Amino acid sequence: MSDAHTKPKIRWHIVVFLAPAVLVYTAVMIYPLFNTLRLSFFTEVDQERVYVGLQNFHTLFGEPVWSEQFWNALGNNMWFFMIHMLVQNPIGIALAAILSHPKLRFTSFYRSAIFIPTILSFVIVGFAWKLILSPIWGIAPEMLGAVGLKSLYAPWLGKEAYALTALSLVSVWQFVGIPMMLIYAALLSIPDEILEAAEVEGITGSSAFWKIKLPLILPSIGIISILTFVANFNAFDLIYAAQGALAGPDFSTDILGTFMYRTFFGFQLQLGDPHMGSTIASGMFAIILIGVCLYLFGIQSRMRRYQF
Amino acid sequence: MNAARQNRLNSFAAHGALILYTLIALFPVFVIVINSFKTRKAIFREPLALPNSDSFSLIGYETVLKQGDFFLYFQNSMIVTVGSLFFILLFGAMAAFALAEYRFKGNTLMGLYLALGIMIPIRIGTVAILEMMVQTGLVNTLWALILVYTAQGLPLAVFILSEFMRQVSDDLKNAGRIDGLSEYRIFFRLVLPLVRPAMATVAVFNMIPIWNDLWFPLIIAPAEEVKTLTLGSQVFIGQFVTDWNAVLSALSLAILPVMALYVVFSRQLIRGITSGAVK
Repeated sequence: MSDAHTKPKIRWHIVVFLAPAVLVYTAVMIYPLFNTLRLSFFTEVDQERVYVGLQNFHTLFGEPVWSEQFWNALGNNMWFFMIHMLVQNPIGIALAAILSHPKLRFTSFYRSAIFIPTILSFVIVGFAWKLILSPIWGIAPEMLGAVGLKSLYAPWLGKEAYALTALSLVSVWQFVGIPMMLIYAALLSIPDEILEAAEVEGITGSSAFWKIKLPLILPSIGIISILTFVANFNAFDLIYAAQGALAGPDFSTDILGTFMYRTFFGFQLQLGDPHMGSTIASGMFAIILIGVCLYLFGIQSRMRRYQF
Repeated sequence: MNAARQNRLNSFAAHGALILYTLIALFPVFVIVINSFKTRKAIFREPLALPNSDSFSLIGYETVLKQGDFFLYFQNSMIVTVGSLFFILLFGAMAAFALAEYRFKGNTLMGLYLALGIMIPIRIGTVAILEMMVQTGLVNTLWALILVYTAQGLPLAVFILSEFMRQVSDDLKNAGRIDGLSEYRIFFRLVLPLVRPAMATVAVFNMIPIWNDLWFPLIIAPAEEVKTLTLGSQVFIGQFVTDWNAVLSALSLAILPVMALYVVFSRQLIRGITSGAVK
């Protein structure tokens, strides 16, 4: 290699080190991803795959039977995401702020306990809450009755108006541990000198949180928002475990993941259609891509980062 | 003195808030587990009471162990999780080493290519993944799941591990080279042992999502003999939905292994998250 005239030798060990990961990743993730996008331009006629251009997208957005379902699922998904942003992340930040208090005891116990729902599977979480909220069992009405609010009880998961919000809150309950942990880590990494300097200036307690800590953890809040966005727009398991593929009552909890599953596999009288399934997947891909790009170019690049 | 009292009041409020939320977090798990040990009558009459000698019953567990093949499901989940973690760590560490250690054309590009998968969920490609698994005959095998989870876990693994591998001292590796060690030996003998903590973090991050996944078992491996515990309990509960004893026992049995894993690995998990691996 010291001789500039000879051709650069291929360093085979680099190839050997990279090959397995690149092969598996390309074959099982990237290639199917693009193949799915490609399949959305095809349809099946007499058991043969035919190229139809944008026709599937015309069907999805043009035919009321399809477009109504799609916009319903997208709207529900937006609401699902909004509740996570408005409830899960503020609660997570608040818990982290309390936990990061320097002299507080038992913090590691609280952290581990609050994180437990996050490690449970959606099947457990979905069914457990379904049972607890069920009017047959009566835990929820009984507990509301104990504080004199029994009149507020309704079979939430069975009512169109409440089911989606109730399930979103169950999901919030499950995942609040993640923003809590990430914000907690961010709060701990703020150097003491900054807080001491603020204290000298007379900024303590809650005003120290709003004026000093919160601006410093904004980048972490940005990361949590985009993680929540991606996770919510490809959610499926909780709705499926609690309400089934039909996302009842009357599709009021249908989100993009369940809509895609139903379309792809079929249900009851409707046959499964992989090409329409791919079309919906392409739509989800576009939504996630837009979200990630907005974050990367709109938010992250403008955010000031502080190096300690 | 006033400040001290203020302080005590504050910490009182802090503990109050944390205890309240801890109760909210643990309450559903508690209710499910205690009721799984009660008779059907007691479940409905006093759902919040602990089981006593009168109401104690294991009938639900008997149904579950008789009807469901939970040991097989558990074994399947174990094989899929351990197998996927093995390949994620091995392949991920190898690729991370190549990216961190050597300067070659396309290094940055390759890093970006592998990082794409951190943000884009693999589920989007499900239609084509199923088609590929059908064509290669892998559908309804545990290998299909292992391959999918390996591909899903690799991007973040490469990203985290290459950060850590950059910190391994060059002197050590060069000393190895002077002693005539091959690049492979340098990787396996010198570098891998040094990044073991980072490997543990990656393993813990991947373990729980793989164990709990419902989507891919449902789609590419729904056959009875390859059902994972998550899918198996979903199907079981769906069938026994009116047998409350059985449902509650199945839920408790599904909670058990995850809790055991969590007790063993929670320190690692929490340290991993809080060490800023996701920065």
